[in-house]
Amino acid sequence: MLRARAARLYGWLSASPVGLALVVAFFVLALLGPVVAPYDPRAIDLAHEYAAPSLRHLLGTGDNGIDLLSAVLYGARLAAVVGVSVVGISLAIGVSLGALAGYAGGLTDHLVTGFADLVQAFPAIVLNIAILALVAEPGVEHVILALAANGWVLYARIARAQTLTLRERDFIDATRALGFRPSRTVIRHILPNLAAPIVVQATAGFGAVVLAEATLSFLGLGPGKSVSWGALLDQGTAVLLRFPHVALVAGAAIAATVFGFNLTGDWLRDRLDPR
Amino acid sequence: MSAGLLRYIAERVVRAALTVVGVVVLVFLLVRLVPGDPVDAILGDQASPEDRAALRKSLKLDAPLPVQLESFVGDVASGTLGHSFRRPDETVASRIEAVFPDTVELALAALLLAWALAVPLGALAAVRKGTGWDRAASTVAIAGLAIPNIWLGPLLILGFAVELRWFPFPGDARAGAAALVLPAVTLGTALAAILTRQTRAAMIEVLDEQYVLAARARGIGRVRLVVGHALRNAMLPVMTVGAAQLGALLSGAVITEKIFERRGLGTLFLDAFFARDIPVVQGCVLVVAVLYVAVNLGVDLAYGVIDPRVRLS
Repeated sequence: MLRARAARLYGWLSASPVGLALVVAFFVLALLGPVVAPYDPRAIDLAHEYAAPSLRHLLGTGDNGIDLLSAVLYGARLAAVVGVSVVGISLAIGVSLGALAGYAGGLTDHLVTGFADLVQAFPAIVLNIAILALVAEPGVEHVILALAANGWVLYARIARAQTLTLRERDFIDATRALGFRPSRTVIRHILPNLAAPIVVQATAGFGAVVLAEATLSFLGLGPGKSVSWGALLDQGTAVLLRFPHVALVAGAAIAATVFGFNLTGDWLRDRLDPR
Repeated sequence: MSAGLLRYIAERVVRAALTVVGVVVLVFLLVRLVPGDPVDAILGDQASPEDRAALRKSLKLDAPLPVQLESFVGDVASGTLGHSFRRPDETVASRIEAVFPDTVELALAALLLAWALAVPLGALAAVRKGTGWDRAASTVAIAGLAIPNIWLGPLLILGFAVELRWFPFPGDARAGAAALVLPAVTLGTALAAILTRQTRAAMIEVLDEQYVLAARARGIGRVRLVVGHALRNAMLPVMTVGAAQLGALLSGAVITEKIFERRGLGTLFLDAFFARDIPVVQGCVLVVAVLYVAVNLGVDLAYGVIDPRVRLS
């Protein structure tokens, strides 16, 4: 029994070694990055600006001679903080509103769906930028707020659709017949059944948030005080002609992370979501 | 025109109109309700109280909310969208009109490229399912989706403008139509990847249908079968997905214009952001959102006309 389970687990894991490895590497780097980083990512060394990769600087140096490896490690920390916060907030708001709309129906459903439609009428980045435009000096918390402002919609849609089908199932009817309060039915019986599709969406969504944060920073709208992959890529693009390694390193970090989360999301979908 | 179709059209138009009203109100509220004072954002916190009060007055932020909303709705209804804060003699609408054609040009080029690549590639993968062609097309599609456009743009510049010198470097004023190629590839790649996957999936389904078998039994040639019978029917779901990607296309245009230093709605929007020119930021957001609603309405209506089953839902 135990061995069969272990074999199945191995089958699961080995099916997506690349995606999962990238995701695990990302979180390990984000967690340990600032500890193992060889330099302060803001340490200025003008004598060695834009140096090619060498033993002293494994990934070379960037603007003002900052060590790129250290900058990439600190950037992973920022991407993880923003990713976890935005996905967490979006998930909490989206799932609550979606389950509520699906279960209550009627006017509540119309209001939630209408509001979701409205938010989705704005292209994501455009809405994010418009929100950041109202803050004098955007910090990490503002970036998180701006990304969560439309991040919740997808979770709400999935939760609502799932709740609508669950509501018709016999075991939910049974809770009603037993006289459970609606809040208990939703929390104890609906929410646990939403887990699979929501986890799938959250995984792919995490990659999308990492990309969105990088994009905002690339455009110069990110949290100015933090080291960000997007800002690094922007600096690299400015010196692309003479020192292409800066843009290559920063872009590769973003692309590998997003790719890892997408692969893992697809893989989870195949396993958790039979549709 | 049948009563069912008329009702379907009326319903969609009313819903789109309601969404536009909601968009106007939401854009208005955004500036007022999001934490952070636009006056601080524009003047910084060192400004004198007199300057702040003057700016507050000129932005009409000192008036009660209903009065502000009325004036905002008035600006929208008159088509001016208010006045640029940094260039008070220009209306927001005139600034948007000046750069709008550039963005449309870029978006159309990207769309054209994406469809031209995706449909043959997706159809080929479906017809030759399970072969090397299929795997090659799927790999290209996954790679196209995985590479962020903020990285693809610089890579294309590095490869094709710097190394190979096939296309002009961004900002080169002499460049003509050739300058459109790399931005269009940057913007269109993700869409091409999505459409390739959709076309493949839709084609595989359609090729299994009875009427395709019937057509084959009648001895219709392979090319005519795929292009004339299967592809036509497979395109409907692909079109829906394509239309749903319009928002991503507009978001992508902001990024692409910045990478390639192109004039356009995205650049105007970003410049307005850095100048904290709130009326222009507001106007750009509004135009983009209304455009998006309008295109979706168009797709919904076209869908209802083409496929009678849709009207029933």
